[in-house]
Formats: sequence, structure tokens, C-alpha cells
Amino acid sequence: MEKIIQERYVQLENVNMSFITKKGTFEALRDIDLNIREGEFISVIGHSGCGKSTVLNLIAGLLQPTSGLLFCAGREIAGPGPERAVVFQNHSLLPWLTCSENVHLAVERVFGKKEDKAQLRARTRAALELVGLSHAADKRPGEISGGMKQRVGIARALAMEPKVLLLDEPFGALDALTRAHLQDELMNIMAKSGCTAVMVTHDVDEAVLLSDRIVMMTNGPAASIGEILPVALPRPRKRLELAENAEYNHLRSEVLKFLYERHAKKAA
Amino acid sequence: MSVISLQRNNLETDMSHETSTATQPAKAAPAPVTIVAEVPANSAINDRAAKNRQLVNAFFQWLLPPLFGLMLFTAIWALISYQSEGLPGPIPTWHAAVALFSDPFYNNGPNDMGIGWNILNSLERVGLGFGMAAILGIPLGFIIGRFAFASRMAAPIIGMLRPVSPLAWLPIGLLVFKAADPAAIWVIFISAIWPMIINTAVGVSKVPEDYMNVARVLKLSEWKIATRILFPFVLPYMMTGVRLSIGVAWLVIVAAEMLTGGVGIGFWVWDEWNNLNVEHIIIAIFVVGIVGLLLEQMLIMIARRFSYE
Repeated sequence: MEKIIQERYVQLENVNMSFITKKGTFEALRDIDLNIREGEFISVIGHSGCGKSTVLNLIAGLLQPTSGLLFCAGREIAGPGPERAVVFQNHSLLPWLTCSENVHLAVERVFGKKEDKAQLRARTRAALELVGLSHAADKRPGEISGGMKQRVGIARALAMEPKVLLLDEPFGALDALTRAHLQDELMNIMAKSGCTAVMVTHDVDEAVLLSDRIVMMTNGPAASIGEILPVALPRPRKRLELAENAEYNHLRSEVLKFLYERHAKKAA
Repeated sequence: MSVISLQRNNLETDMSHETSTATQPAKAAPAPVTIVAEVPANSAINDRAAKNRQLVNAFFQWLLPPLFGLMLFTAIWALISYQSEGLPGPIPTWHAAVALFSDPFYNNGPNDMGIGWNILNSLERVGLGFGMAAILGIPLGFIIGRFAFASRMAAPIIGMLRPVSPLAWLPIGLLVFKAADPAAIWVIFISAIWPMIINTAVGVSKVPEDYMNVARVLKLSEWKIATRILFPFVLPYMMTGVRLSIGVAWLVIVAAEMLTGGVGIGFWVWDEWNNLNVEHIIIAIFVVGIVGLLLEQMLIMIARRFSYE
């Protein structure tokens, strides 16, 4: 059966977002319009404070827009839900549960009503295996490295079989080697699952390597989408080969030009 | 090795100095003897020597200072009692304590029972009052910490009632329960409940936003949020509340029992004061202190047992 790919799987229509702070109203986002195709990998890049995490939290449903509409798979986003799984920046694993229990909490919530206990356990095991952490299943987050914690976070999100995977600077807190390793793993996982993904990042290489399109945000306050850059590099992508690829380097310099020439952030 | 021997020399001179000021040289004597026993083992074969050095270090760092403090305390006490007419010194108190604890569970009617019975009765009152406070206070703390409305609702009541001296509640207890014993338990209850409510509520309000976001994304039920996220996170805060509460409860029981009478350590103190048996009052002070210390240590152990870290 041929699957019909929805062109407007995730849809942001005229989204505005203001926060009420002690100093008055702060306009974070203005007129955000974005359509994300099913199975697409989108990166949102911009300087810090440009509201890129706000965009992600809006899609996650953790925030409600001041005005405008958000849709996912044809339904309005009214609040958070497991069909839009989030990989949090600081992994947000519960420290008193083991890795396996952390994943199981999500599995149980999403599939608990339909499947028996053995099936649920199998899902948890499979999710940990997918990120290569079967050996650490019974360890607590405090006993494993930062990269492993983030992988558990990814396993927890993927175990829910979400329609959209939302990643909030997922590798920001990791060292460069671990980050590269996890980026490669994420690419493999995404190729297998075919899941739609939105990733917030401030890493230009990461954005070009992983994305189908890069959404570049202007500086806040009242940030908006400055430009959307399609990344037409063929998959599977290999980090080493890309380093000498002209197209890759062109795209990379496009993003850098956007960030550091046209929308340079004034030195703080 | 040289540092240790140096320390030892200093300590020995300190001690000889100390024993000369103290009126009870018999009590100070055992400590230097143990030190001398440690030193030859220290100069034995290498690997054992290291282990022994650790032991000696531990002794100097952890055992000696408290011992020294207690000795100083006893010395000051002895000095004061020597100057004062009515205050018994450490030696007569020790003899009275030996006599008292050699038969802790005699029973010559409600006004003359062994010290053991008195302690147990006080512990029972504290246990009941504190237990009820925990059963009510901890869930209340959870509700107050979780829901802003409940928190705002409770704030003026807690703010107003918490600073009230526990004994001010005693007449209310006597009036409502028409008996001394429940009134004492009521006083324990009302004074022990605040730290548990407040600490639990503070703990719940401090649950990191990240964990709550996980709960929101997963759409966890309120029950799952309570058992999987709130409870494990709040437990250390809760245990602090419990420790403070039991401290307050044990503090208040003496005063409450002095007023209500019956069998109990507080009443016993008052009774011994009427008999002008001051040694027993001093013993009671030590007993109250030591039991309080043991209760606290027990709770610290429980807290460690259940901590996720």
C-alpha cells in the first residue's frame, strides 16, 4: 500500500507569541508560518534568545500561542501529548528510575491499554537496543555518561512511536566527539523510523548534516523566520565525505552568512 | 608518623593540663591509655601500618574531639556543682543513675513507676501525636505544593497558627477532649504538623519544570505524577520535615506532661522536683537528650535508606 505523504503534516499558521514578564510584555515570536512535510527533518537555527526553543515548545504544546494556529496531522495542537515526543536539552530523565524504567514509563503510558506486560517490556528493550544501551538498562541516570543519558532520552521519545519527534538542542551539552557519534546514530534511527522531526540547534554543521530544510530565525525580540534553506544532499550522508563536498560547504557558508552577516548578534 | 606523634604529644600535654583542672581525674584517665595502645601497632609492617595509621587518624579526627568535649563539659559541670549548694555533681548523679537504671520497670502505682515506663509512656504520646500529624500533614503538604489555589488558601492559616507556642493549645485540648492524656497528644500533634506540611509543600513546589514537562508530554495521570515524580523527588524534603517535627514533638512532650501529669518523663521531672531529687532531674535531662538524639539518628538512617541518590 502506497502511503500518502502529507505535505502539511505539521503546520504553523500566523503564530505570535508574547510572554508577560515583570518588565511588561515581551514579544518573542511574530508571524511564524511553517509547513513541515511528513517524514521531513527540519532544523531551527538562530542566535540564542531568538525564540527557537519557543517554536519547539509551541509544537510540543507545552506553550499556547498568543495568536495563530498550530496543527499536527490535521488536528489542532491543544496541549502536550505523546504523539509529539520531546527530547529535552538536559535529557530530563527521572534520577530515581533506571534507564529501562524511564523508557518504560513512556511505553506504559502510550501502549499500556492495548498491549500486555510482555509486549510492553519488549518495546522498552527494543527502544534501548535501538540506541545501543541494552547493557545499561538497569543503571540509573546518575551512573551513566551525559551522552548515554541523552540516548536514553532519545530512546524514551522514540519508544512512544511519535508522529513528530521534537529535539531541543539535544546534543548541546555534549563534547564534540560524543556529539558527532550521536548525530550519526540519530541519522540512522531517523532513516529507519521515517519519523518527522523538528530539531532546535545552534550548531551549523549539525543543522546541515541532519536536515532536509533549515529554518533560519532572525534575532529577537519579535523574531520571525528569516529564510528557509533546503538541503538537497543525498542520504545516507557520511560526515567524512561531506567535508569535501562542494554543495555541503556551500550550504554551510549560506547558514553562516545568514547568522553572522545579515543577522549578526550584537556583542553582549 | 611524625605528625601523629606530634599530635599525640600535644594531646597528652593538653590532657594532663585538662586533668589537673578537672576535679574528676578518674574519668579523664582512660583516654590516654588507648592512644598509647595504638602507637606500637602503627610502627609495624608496611601495609598494616598504613591501615593502622588510618585507624589512628580516624580516632584523632572523629572519636577524640567529641570525647574531649564531653570531658570538658563534665569538668565545667563538676566545677559549678562544687561552687553551688543544691546542684549535684557528676559523681552523685552517676550513682543515682546506676541505681535508677538497675530497675527501670518497677511499678508502685501510677505515681511511682520506673524510669523505663516513664520514657515509654512519653514515647507513646509522641508517637501518637506525631503519627497523626504525619498522616494528615504530609498529604496536606502535597496538595498545598501541587495546587496554587490550595497553597493560597492555606497560607494565612499556616502563617498565623505556626508561630503559636505549642502549650497555648493545651487548654483547647483539655476543653475538647476532657482528659489530660489526649490533650497532651493533641499538643504534640499540633506542634509537629507544621514542619511536615511546610517542608513537603516546599519540596513539591521545587520539582524541576523539566520533570513536570516530561509528565505533561506523556500526559501522565495525577496518580502517576504523584507516585513516580513528586513522591521520589519530595522524599528528602519530607524527611527533613519529619525530623524537624519529631524534634519539636520531643521538645514539647516534657512541657506538656509537666502540665498534664500522668506517667511520662515530663511528669517525672516535675515529681522529682517536688521530691527535691535534683540528681533525677539531671538524669531526666540526659535521658530526654539522648532519646531525642536517637530518634533523630533513626530518622536520618531511614532518610538515607530511601534517598535515590
